[in-house]
Amino acid sequence: MKILVCISKTPDTTAKISFTQNNTKFAGDGVQWIINPYDEWYSLVRAIELKEKDPGSVVHLATVGGSDADPIIRKALAIGGDEAIRINADSADSFYVAAQLAQVARQGGYDLIFTGKETIDFNGSSVGGMMAELLDLPFVSLAVKFDLNGTTATVIREIEGGEETDEVTLPAVISCQKGVAEQRIPNMKGIMSARTKPLKVLEPSPVDALTGIVSFELPPAKAGVRLVPADNPAELIRLLHEEAKVF
Amino acid sequence: MSVLIFIDHSDGHVKKASLEALSYGAELAVRLGVAAEGILLGTIAEDPATLGRYGVTKVHQAALETLNQLDAQVFARIVAETAVASGATVLVFPNNLNGKAVAPRVSARLKAGLVSGAVALPETANGFVVRKNVFSGKAFANVSVNTPVRVIALNPNSYPIREGEGKAAVAPLKAEVAARVKVISTTPASGQVPLTEAEIVVSGGRGLKGPENWGMVEELARVLGAATACSRPVADAHWRPHNEHVGQTGIAIAPNLYIAIGISGAIQHLAGVNRSKIIVVVNKDPEAPFFKAADYGIVGDAFEVVPKMTEAVKKLKGIA
Repeated sequence: MKILVCISKTPDTTAKISFTQNNTKFAGDGVQWIINPYDEWYSLVRAIELKEKDPGSVVHLATVGGSDADPIIRKALAIGGDEAIRINADSADSFYVAAQLAQVARQGGYDLIFTGKETIDFNGSSVGGMMAELLDLPFVSLAVKFDLNGTTATVIREIEGGEETDEVTLPAVISCQKGVAEQRIPNMKGIMSARTKPLKVLEPSPVDALTGIVSFELPPAKAGVRLVPADNPAELIRLLHEEAKVF
Repeated sequence: MSVLIFIDHSDGHVKKASLEALSYGAELAVRLGVAAEGILLGTIAEDPATLGRYGVTKVHQAALETLNQLDAQVFARIVAETAVASGATVLVFPNNLNGKAVAPRVSARLKAGLVSGAVALPETANGFVVRKNVFSGKAFANVSVNTPVRVIALNPNSYPIREGEGKAAVAPLKAEVAARVKVISTTPASGQVPLTEAEIVVSGGRGLKGPENWGMVEELARVLGAATACSRPVADAHWRPHNEHVGQTGIAIAPNLYIAIGISGAIQHLAGVNRSKIIVVVNKDPEAPFFKAADYGIVGDAFEVVPKMTEAVKKLKGIA
């Protein structure tokens, strides 16, 4: 079984969000960068679990990014990826990213392609679906559970107001979220071995970005909280009903 | 030329997020001076012609039972082919769970730029620029789409439903369905109202001390007609199912009213809920960071405050 896990570099979940260059660029200086949590905690860990059950398997990582993505790639290798491919490009356009990753997937002949549910910076939830279309593969989105029996995958995905159990024959693209696996911390052996695992850098294929970011904006600040005394919750309900008019 | 809107539905009902997408697409079509049309895959209980009251003049329908279950690949092919055949220049999807499966495939298939998580109508004075949520609700990006055909996935609860008069023509679509994803079963979640569609959400955190204390949260939610949610530590401790976890790594929601009980308001939690119109915080710690993001608050013991809130709502609504 060959598994491809697509990963992305994102600011840490506690990073201060601000912008520079006339609000056209994220202010990344001094920001802690991490593996996008959905990619790391769910898709990567599930891929490693599948490999542990079927030791003949390999887990490859792919990302689109500059050399500043290398630390997060090494961390993913430390958690348990076997080798990594970095497409040496940077783009906020999901189609550009998906097309580069699809090229990697096509050449690698993977049985299973995992992405995270979305990245926590651009929140597109689109790279997995786009890759599936470009590769003409089935796509199950927003998986909360993933099991494999031979080449048949049983996937539970989130639907509005519940869950749906799907069956799909590999190869397929799956986007993963909470429930698929539990976060793992890399151990010392993993960290040591990650240093020598292969990290291949490829130049991007010629692809046109379909979208571009014109500017960023921060939401307006809240006016401030209006406190109601603890002995009078009925007053809070009255305010919500008569002033805020939310029910 | 047209704006083509994807109508997602389940159990015979058009989802609320689809009604928002229809209203959004209809207004966009007016601004662009083109027709607004819907595409419905599968069957719904009502006559699809009645969807005309949300502003579409035509509904393309592939009325096959098998299409009541999603295979993103099958759906994307039919939607893309219909878009080409009807000369659509903009496709609008609800950015809900099914929309997130289909819209990216359609975008890639048509090489049409996608803005997912849109929160406003496009600015078309100079190009085609759509505002969307980024950094998990902590900022917006204005995204320009550089292709002749554009795909917009509209975030739920970002655009009001506009209902008027009107009947749409129903145009039957011929579709071949060879689904590669087989749906085995569906299970409804425990809550009564789907979280992403809820107008009101009542949410509990570690301050509630244990799963046995959720009765009062559920009761307040019941009388408000609200969905229930929780913070990440609560889901991690298995006090509540993970599909109730709202926050940066859980579900992002934007209800009219979000009531946070015993949640301190870590930045990761705020990221998932700060698009709520009104935020109410009940916490016994006056220093809880959540109060800074709240509109209304009570500094007090949830175990005393919440049942009294429930009583007040019951009195107001005249329910038992």
